[in-house]
Amino acid sequence: MSDQVDHSRRRLLTMATVGTGAIGAAFAAVPFLASWQPSARAKALGAPTDVDASKLEAGQMLKVVWRGQPVFVVRRSKAVIESLGNHDAMLADPKSDDSDQPEYVKATGANRAINPEFWVGLAVCTHLGCSPLGAFEPNNQFQVAGTDLGAGWPGGFYCPCHGSKYDISGRVFKGMPAPKNLPIPSYSFSGDGRITIGVDQAPQKA
Amino acid sequence: MLKRVVWAAAALLAASAALAQEEGPQLLHAGNDINNIDSLQRGARDFMNYCSGCHSLKYLRYNRMAKDLKIPEAELKANLMFNTEKVFDGINSSMPADSEKWFGKQPPDLSLIARSKSPDYIYSFLHGFYADPTRLWGVNNLYLPNAAMPHVLAPLQGLQKPVFSNEPDAQGSAKMVLAGVELMTPGQLKPEEYDAFVRDITNFLDYAGEPVKAKRESMGVFVTLFLLVFFAFAYLLKKEYWKDVH
Amino acid sequence: MAATSDSAGAPQTTGLIGWIDARFPLTKLWREQVSEYYAPKNFNFWYYFGSLALLVLVNQLVTGIFLTMNYKPSASEAFSSVEYIMRDVDWGWLIRYMHSTGASAFFIVVYLHMFRALIYGSHRKPRELLWIFGCIIFLLLMAEAFMGYVLPWGNMSFWGAQVIVSLFGSLPVIGHGLVEWIRGDYVIADATLNRFFALHVVALPLALVFLVGAHLMALHEVGSNNPDGIEIKKLKDAKGHPLDGIPFHPYYTVKDVVGVAGFLLLFCGVIFFAPTFGGVFLESPNFEPANPLQTPPHIAPVWYFTPFYAMLRAVPSFAGTQVWGVMVMGAAIVVLFFLPWLDRAPVKSIRYRGPVFKIAVGIFVVAFLTLGVCGLKPPSGIYPTLAKYCTVLYFAFFLLMPWYSRLDSHKTVPERVTGHA
Repeated sequence: MSDQVDHSRRRLLTMATVGTGAIGAAFAAVPFLASWQPSARAKALGAPTDVDASKLEAGQMLKVVWRGQPVFVVRRSKAVIESLGNHDAMLADPKSDDSDQPEYVKATGANRAINPEFWVGLAVCTHLGCSPLGAFEPNNQFQVAGTDLGAGWPGGFYCPCHGSKYDISGRVFKGMPAPKNLPIPSYSFSGDGRITIGVDQAPQKA
Repeated sequence: MLKRVVWAAAALLAASAALAQEEGPQLLHAGNDINNIDSLQRGARDFMNYCSGCHSLKYLRYNRMAKDLKIPEAELKANLMFNTEKVFDGINSSMPADSEKWFGKQPPDLSLIARSKSPDYIYSFLHGFYADPTRLWGVNNLYLPNAAMPHVLAPLQGLQKPVFSNEPDAQGSAKMVLAGVELMTPGQLKPEEYDAFVRDITNFLDYAGEPVKAKRESMGVFVTLFLLVFFAFAYLLKKEYWKDVH
Repeated sequence: MAATSDSAGAPQTTGLIGWIDARFPLTKLWREQVSEYYAPKNFNFWYYFGSLALLVLVNQLVTGIFLTMNYKPSASEAFSSVEYIMRDVDWGWLIRYMHSTGASAFFIVVYLHMFRALIYGSHRKPRELLWIFGCIIFLLLMAEAFMGYVLPWGNMSFWGAQVIVSLFGSLPVIGHGLVEWIRGDYVIADATLNRFFALHVVALPLALVFLVGAHLMALHEVGSNNPDGIEIKKLKDAKGHPLDGIPFHPYYTVKDVVGVAGFLLLFCGVIFFAPTFGGVFLESPNFEPANPLQTPPHIAPVWYFTPFYAMLRAVPSFAGTQVWGVMVMGAAIVVLFFLPWLDRAPVKSIRYRGPVFKIAVGIFVVAFLTLGVCGLKPPSGIYPTLAKYCTVLYFAFFLLMPWYSRLDSHKTVPERVTGHA
C-alpha cells in the first residue's frame, strides 16, 4: 500500500498527538481527583471551634468536638503542673520529639500547653484510635475499667481498649501499645480561658 | 439534495427559535457584567442592605462570596454580615419562620433566581412596581402580576403609576390594557442612578446563581485553545497516514 | 477475516505479551477486532458518530460515577445535593456539566448515527440484528435519560416525571395500578426518586454496556457497511484482505481521533460557555426545587424526547381514552425495529437510489425536526395542526416504504467503492 513512507514524520506526528492527548487526559483527570478533597461544606464543619474553659475548675475536663474528633480541655492545678517534670524516666517520648503537635506546643516541654493551666489535646489514642479516659487523681483506683493504675500513677489518661497510659500532658508511658504521645491540634488562646481550636496561636495564621 | 434538505430544516429550526417569544410584557435588558467586580461588590452591599432582611441566599456561603468578590474578611464581618452567622455559613435572611403570615407567602430564597428566571427578569421586576391601592402593600408589578412583595426600593426609585392603553379585544370592543408604567413621584435616585443600582443587584444575583461562571468562561478559552492544538496534530497525523490509501 | 490469513501471518509473541497470549487471547483480540479488522476505505463524515457515541458513553459512566459520590437520592436532599455538587465540591460543577451536556450530546450523536444507517442502508441484510441491537440501545437510552432527568428533583424533573408516568395510566384495565406500582406512592415521591436512581446508575448502564458490546460484536461479525452500500468482502486480494478495505488501526483510529478532537471542541464549548444551552439542555424551571403544588407554566420534556412527545399530543383522545396517543408514540419507536424489512429497494445506499426515496427522506427529516419543535412549544396556535400532519408523514415514511422503495428507480452500483475522504 505504501509508496514512500516518511517514517520520521509519522513518528513525530504520532508523538505530538499522543503527547497532547496524554496532557489533555492528565488535565481532565485533575477535576475528578480534586473532587475528593474536603468540600466547602466539610471545611465549614471543620471550621475552628471556640471553647470557653474559664469556668472549669482544677482537675475538671471538657470534651468538645472539632472536625468530628473529640478534643479534651483539662484544667490543671499548680501542684500538678509543678510535678510534670518528675516522671520523665517513665515516659516513652518525654520531649515529644516523635509525636504530633504544633511547634509552639512542643517548645513548652513537659507542659505541652500554651498556657500550662489549660491542656488541650486530641482524645484519640495513638494505638488504634480509641478515645482515652481521664484519670487525673494520682494513685487513684481507676473505676471505669476496674483497673488499678498502680501506686506510682501520677495522674493522666487511660485508654480502655488496650490499656495504654498517658500522663496529664498526654505523654505516653514506656512499654504501652500506643507508640506516640496524644496529638495536639493547632489552637490559640485569647485570655480568660477562651480557646479557639483549629487556629494557630499568633503570630502564625492557619 | 440531501444537504439542501438538512440546511432547510436547520433554517426552519432557527426561525422557530427566533419566534419563541415569551408571553407577557417584553423584559428590559439588564446588561450586567459578572466580570465587573466593583459592580458585584456594590450589588452585594445593596443586597445585604435592602434584600437580605427577607430573602436568603442559602446556597452561597459568606466566605465564598468574600473570596470571589475580593472582599476582605474584616469588611465582610463589619459591613455585610448582620446576623450572628459564621463566615462559612450560607447567607440567611433575618426573617422569622412564620413570616408567611406577613406576606401570604414565605419570601423565596434567591440563590438560583437568576437561573430559574433570568437576569433580565430580575432587572425588569425591580423596575416594574407601580401604585395599586387594591394590593396589600399598595403596589403591583408589571412583570409579576399580583406580586406579594412590597416595593422596598420605593424610597430610591420613587413611585410609578400604571399606563393603560385602549386596545380592541377579540370582539372588537375597546378594552383597557396595562401598557407600561411611568414615574409619578421621584425618589432619592435619578432614573439612571436607579438603573445602575438595580443593575448591580441583578449582577450580584447573577453571580450568586452560579458563582463559578466567570471562572468557567475564562477557563473555557484555554480549553478551546488546547483542543485546537490537539485537533491540528490529529488532523496532520491522519493526513500523513492516509497517504497510504489510494 | 479469513482464519487462514490469521494463523499464517501471526508471529509468535514473546515476553510479557507472550506470557499473556498463552493464557488470554490478547494479541488475537487486538488483531481480529482492531489491527486486522478491515473496514471500507470510503467512510465519510457520517461514520464518526459510532466512535463518538462510545466516547460519550464512557464520559457518562465516569462523570456519573463521580456524581453519585455526592448526590443524595432522597426527595428532601436531592435538589440541595446537586447545588452542593455545583458549589461546594471542588470541580463538582465541571463534572455535573459534563454529565448534563453529555446526555444531550449522546442523543445528538445517536440520532446522527441512526440517520447514517437509514440513508446508506446499513440496516439491510446481513446487518438486521446489528440494527435491532442499536434500536434496543436507543430505547434503553431514552429510559436512562428520562430517569436521569428526574434525579436533580427540580420542578421540571417532578412534573416531567408526573406527566410521563401518568401516560401508563391510560392503558386499559391495568393502567391505574401500573402507575401506582411505578411510583410506589400516590404521587411522584421519594420512593419514585430512589428507584429511578437505582435504575439510572446501576441497572440501565449495565444493560447499555452489555448491548453496546453486542452491537460491536455483531458489527465485527458482518463487517461495516459504507456510503456506497457495497459489500467489500466480495472482492479480496491474494492475502484474503478485501480490496476496498483498510485495517481499522491505524487508519480509522487516527481518523476517529480527528473526529474526537472536533467533537470535544464543540462539547467543551457548550460546557464552558453555554452549559444550559439557552434553557434547552438544562431547563430553567429545573433550578427551582420540585414543588408538588405548583406546575411550571409549560411542561416540555427535554429536547431529545420532543418529537415523540409531539406525536403523543397530536393524537386526540377517542372513545373516552387517551391510550391512542400513547400507542402512537410507542409505535413510532417500534416501527424502527422493522426498518430492515420495510425497505425493499435492490440497492442499499441513497447514492444509487431514485428520486422517490430521496424526497421521502427529505420529507421525513423535515417532519421529524418539525415534530421536535412542536413538542417544545405549548400546544396552541399552529403547532397542534403541524404536529398532526408531521405525525402522519413520519409513519407514512415507514409504512409506505415497502411500496415506494420497490417502485423507485435505481442506478447501477459499481463493483468498487468510490473515492475516500
